[in-house]
Amino acid sequence: MAVEAIAEHTEQGHADGVFHQFESIEQQNESYIVGMWSFLVTEVMFFGPLFFAYLLYRWQFQPQFYLVHKELNVALGGLNTVILLFSSFAVAMAVHFAQKKARQKQLLWLGLTLACAFGFLIVKYFEWAHKFHVGHVPGPGFRWEAAGEAGVVPAGIAELFFSLYFGMTGLHGLHVVIGIICIGTLMLLTARKSKLVESYIPTEMVGLYWHFVDLVWIFLFPLFYLMPQ
Amino acid sequence: MSTVSTQHGAAEPAAPQSNYLTNGNTIASWLLTTDHKRIALLYLVSITVFFTVGAWAASMIRLELMVPKGTLMENDTYNKIFTMHGVVMVFFFLIPMIPATLGNFLIPMMIGARDLAFPRLNLLSWYVYVAAGVLAVIAMLTGGVDTGWTFYTPYSSIYSNSQVGLTIGAAFLAGFSSIFTAINFIVTIHKMRAPGLTWFRLPLFVWGHYATSVVIILGTPVIAITLLMLAGERVLKLGFFSPELGGDPVLFQHLFWFYSHPAVYIMILPAFSVMSELITCFSRRKIFGYSFIAFSSLAIGGLGFLVWGHHLFVSGQSMYQGMVFSIISFLVAVPSAIKIFNWATTIYKGSVRFNTPMFYAIGFMGLFLIGGLTGLYLSSMATDIHLHDTYFVVAHFHYVMVGGAVMAMLGGVHFWWPKMTGRMYADSWGKLSATIIFVGFNLTFLPQFVLGYLGMPRRYHYYHFAPEFQVWHVMSSAGSSILAVGYAMPLFYLLWSLKRGPKVGPNPWAAKGLEWQTASPPPTFNFETTPVVTEEAYEYDPEADEEVTTEVERIAAGDLPHGR
Ligand code: HEM
Ligand SMILES: [Cu+2]
Repeated sequence: MAVEAIAEHTEQGHADGVFHQFESIEQQNESYIVGMWSFLVTEVMFFGPLFFAYLLYRWQFQPQFYLVHKELNVALGGLNTVILLFSSFAVAMAVHFAQKKARQKQLLWLGLTLACAFGFLIVKYFEWAHKFHVGHVPGPGFRWEAAGEAGVVPAGIAELFFSLYFGMTGLHGLHVVIGIICIGTLMLLTARKSKLVESYIPTEMVGLYWHFVDLVWIFLFPLFYLMPQ
Repeated sequence: MSTVSTQHGAAEPAAPQSNYLTNGNTIASWLLTTDHKRIALLYLVSITVFFTVGAWAASMIRLELMVPKGTLMENDTYNKIFTMHGVVMVFFFLIPMIPATLGNFLIPMMIGARDLAFPRLNLLSWYVYVAAGVLAVIAMLTGGVDTGWTFYTPYSSIYSNSQVGLTIGAAFLAGFSSIFTAINFIVTIHKMRAPGLTWFRLPLFVWGHYATSVVIILGTPVIAITLLMLAGERVLKLGFFSPELGGDPVLFQHLFWFYSHPAVYIMILPAFSVMSELITCFSRRKIFGYSFIAFSSLAIGGLGFLVWGHHLFVSGQSMYQGMVFSIISFLVAVPSAIKIFNWATTIYKGSVRFNTPMFYAIGFMGLFLIGGLTGLYLSSMATDIHLHDTYFVVAHFHYVMVGGAVMAMLGGVHFWWPKMTGRMYADSWGKLSATIIFVGFNLTFLPQFVLGYLGMPRRYHYYHFAPEFQVWHVMSSAGSSILAVGYAMPLFYLLWSLKRGPKVGPNPWAAKGLEWQTASPPPTFNFETTPVVTEEAYEYDPEADEEVTTEVERIAAGDLPHGR
């Protein structure tokens, strides 16, 4: 007999907070963590081709890309890096306090994370607005008559650079927006003491996601802004 | 244990037991269900619908090619029809076909779990799939797409004046649906196996789906972003791929095939996994080389990511690149061959029973063998330069994807049908349909190998430059109508069995595996009590099994009365 019966299982006979398909809270928590990591793998693969495209063209048009990248604002990019690094710390604190069940402190650190996320977008707005202003936006209106060294670069290659810049920072920005929605929802539910966020797992999930968003920027910043000759 | 279940009792009505089908009869109870078995049936129905759409397009193609002049439709219409055929069949039929239906239904049962880890995500994935499918159909109805399912740039990004945006949106969404399913499977298989069910006691069906899920989460995001980049290029004029915008079209091909080659394994690995179940049960024998089959799935999954360049031999990539891709492509044939040999050995030493699922399984082996071997001609650079973009390629991938994957799907549906519905269909009709499909399939696609070898290009709707091709095209079109009859038959006798088929007990095939230990149809949470596993998969005993009469055989012999 391959199978023998143990443990009578009644469909609803579960401890609070454990969904019917799971045997125990440990199993449930571990499942969520494995699920989240699998999802993050898909996110890595999602950004992968853009990085691949960037590296390919950068290798192909190395000197031109170097000249074009000088049009980016390193100070603003650096500021955003600092903001995101701090937010990563903040969300880690939020997870820590969620585990300790210190709701007030958890909310505080989540709030700081959220503020950083908005801060990042605001800085990004100023950066992008400037690009629109000077016509460094791919498309029919693209202008490339910048003086000096940058003028040496053919407009097509400059446009390629800005395509990658807008494509990659745009996609990253979209992830920041999604992060804002997740953090906001989490804060709302936590403040209302919803049953859904009783355990620390949802906070941990949001934290993992936010670390990922941060990590992508950690790669984007040097590639676009600091790129050496 | 290896004998038939004897719970069957048409005479004394068993106590009415609630199962997943009877548990709630309203439309809402189906559309809002989180039961993996009901979701599997929702998928089964929707996938059948999309198959019908795709098949209609296929028959238009075959009709058009009956005469050399191509008189039925314009160039443009033809392009739209074959694109529709490709998009619907690949993204909305073949890719979700086995995982979303059989996988969804069986994986929790096979590992002794009550449901998948994330039931609501599972339901969401069905909705996303349906929304994507509807979007694709809207794109077809509002003008269609003429780029082919491969969406090659710069045609798709700059020149094509058709519904490219909507269609790639649909493909993008469909990708999300399969990612959700894959994450669900991975978590479930890792975390929810019954006590005693170690990795090496898992049914090979579960191994195959595990490997498939890994390929999905590594590959699908790549096509998603590639399509998004294409959209960015088309709508916002960002430059990634089109020379006019500063990019390189070969990059698109690389990214596209980095997903789309593994995608063929997303279609075939689940089919392999179904085969392992069918072959063992109907040979009444423990599968030969269990761990070889399990690991070959992982090997195929891994190697599958390294061979995409064999689609780019004539794209202008360097000769050395081509040589490397060519050699690695040959390597992938090894794990596939391992599987075929192991199945053949299992059958050879077994005591084989020829029921419908086994007919389909043997059909699979024949067709997949031809498909796989012709892949070798295509991965040799020298021969591919002649054969690329001819009907030889068309025949090759239809042999593997349609001849292989669809045969396995049908075999699996016939095998687990009594489990899903509690009813049995007429075995003789099943065998007939499998035979008709096998004959019709070969008549359709063997001539296409010849055509391709003679130089008939794919994606042309006429061939007045070579009227001598006509005889082969007519053969192919004739075969496709036989094939259509074969594919339609199960629809009728399976639906018939829902009402009139004899009722069966938990294990009509006398098979092994946890899914056969619970009632047919199973109760909502699959098992009355959590099962504990104490032995390896497929502990069949061929000698003792000589005498076993399965319930199905007794039904066929008229031993058991028909159910009402
Ligand atoms: C395992 C199941 C397989 C499936 C489902 C499959 C499917 C496909 C599909 C769909 C295409 C055509 C794509 C298109 O252009 O639209 C294709 C082409 C090709 N296949 Fe396979 N294939 C399989 C196995 C193999 C194997 C084992 C090899 C090599 C050993 C192989 C080598 C090739 C090559 C080289 C091409 C490109 C032909 C060309 O465009 O010139 N395939 N296959
Ligand atoms: Cu391939």
